[in-house]
Amino acid sequence: MNMQYIGSLLQGLWGTVLLSLLTFLFGGLFGLVIALARISPLRVVARVTQAYIQFMQGLPLLVLMGLCFYGPSLMGMQSVNPLFAATLAMTFYAGAYLGEIWRGCLEAVPKSQWEAAECLGLSRWQRMRLVILPQGLRLATPPTVGFMVQIVKNTSVASLVVGYTELSYNAKVLNNTTFQPFLYFGLAGLLYFAVCYPLSRQARKLERKLNVSRR
Amino acid sequence: MNYEFDFGAVLAYWPLFAEGAWVTLRLAFFATIIGFVFGTLCAIARTSGPTWLQRIVAGYVEAIRNTPLLIQSYFLIFGMASIGLRLPILVGATIALVVNIGAYTTEIMRAGIDSIQPGQVEAAECLGLSRTQVYLHVVLRPAMERVYPSLASQYVLLMLASSILSSVGVEELFGISNRVQSDTFRNFEVFVVLGVVYLALSMLLRVAFWLLNLALFTRRRKLGTPI
Repeated sequence: MNMQYIGSLLQGLWGTVLLSLLTFLFGGLFGLVIALARISPLRVVARVTQAYIQFMQGLPLLVLMGLCFYGPSLMGMQSVNPLFAATLAMTFYAGAYLGEIWRGCLEAVPKSQWEAAECLGLSRWQRMRLVILPQGLRLATPPTVGFMVQIVKNTSVASLVVGYTELSYNAKVLNNTTFQPFLYFGLAGLLYFAVCYPLSRQARKLERKLNVSRR
Repeated sequence: MNYEFDFGAVLAYWPLFAEGAWVTLRLAFFATIIGFVFGTLCAIARTSGPTWLQRIVAGYVEAIRNTPLLIQSYFLIFGMASIGLRLPILVGATIALVVNIGAYTTEIMRAGIDSIQPGQVEAAECLGLSRTQVYLHVVLRPAMERVYPSLASQYVLLMLASSILSSVGVEELFGISNRVQSDTFRNFEVFVVLGVVYLALSMLLRVAFWLLNLALFTRRRKLGTPI
């Protein structure tokens, strides 16, 4: 084992972190739209969004990656960048799950808050932005941090169909040249753990803080 | 967009897809059954075992829940092969899935066991039930009933995640579709068909878990109240 191999793993880790951050950014924005559409007063919008969420939750991420990798070229895109395809697939995926999580948090804001905001004469948008979202956000933080762990872990499949270079891909390349699976996959596992474990702990800590009244 | 879809060429391979779906279902079935038993035992150890055992189980749960399934299966399957342990690939894949789902089951079942009030156990002991009887009827069954929805959706996710094992050479639904891709060069259509089959499989599993719920937890239907 030399420094070059360690460098390769760390480079892979950067790929993982980059894809995770992009997913969280775009998936988060998309998830917010999904959450709001899911509780829309327009029946059709709510139904369509619900169908979308169910659809996404019944597909393996790998299939989604394949669709996002081969789909754009059918639409006339000349070459599809692996990072683009992976981010697209992860955005669809994370948007559905985050949307469902956040819908629950918005609905958990007591009904009287919605009614009070309405009585004050706030418009629907004002009510959402000034009254419901700030309270829902507080509830949403622990499960959102928890879902970030899922995002980081799921970026590992981006190497399979799409061919995006990240931590597990580099670990596999190292194993193919050295035939030391325990060492390199163990190290890769440790690196994933180093990213995910602090997030898991933070999620649990936030949850405990939130539950202080119910203890 | 001037691409002509050709699903006919892909659908001509339906026996391969059916074979793959059958492997996926079998893999998910065995991993779920063994993983549930293993995870429940771990949850019991985690809640009422000696301190050292509790620590080990906690470490196992954290290690699995904070690393991807892909790395776990590479580690286990390539690792076992490197020390000369040559198992059939389906057995290796089942072991990898069991190790993974066992940790999630442990965490879910532990939450269920923790939610059982001590008074219930004390009452059962006063009625003269044996330790095993108390555990089976007063702790585990109601605990499982409470966390059943979480367990069921975790096992549906497990079936979907089994597609990852195609990367270690398991010829399940996703792995077998590689052959269709290289035969037809209709990659996009193959993925559309795969998506439809996986959706059907996950609906099938949801229905199966719903029926199992009706069969296992009759109390709720008789009394009309949750626990």
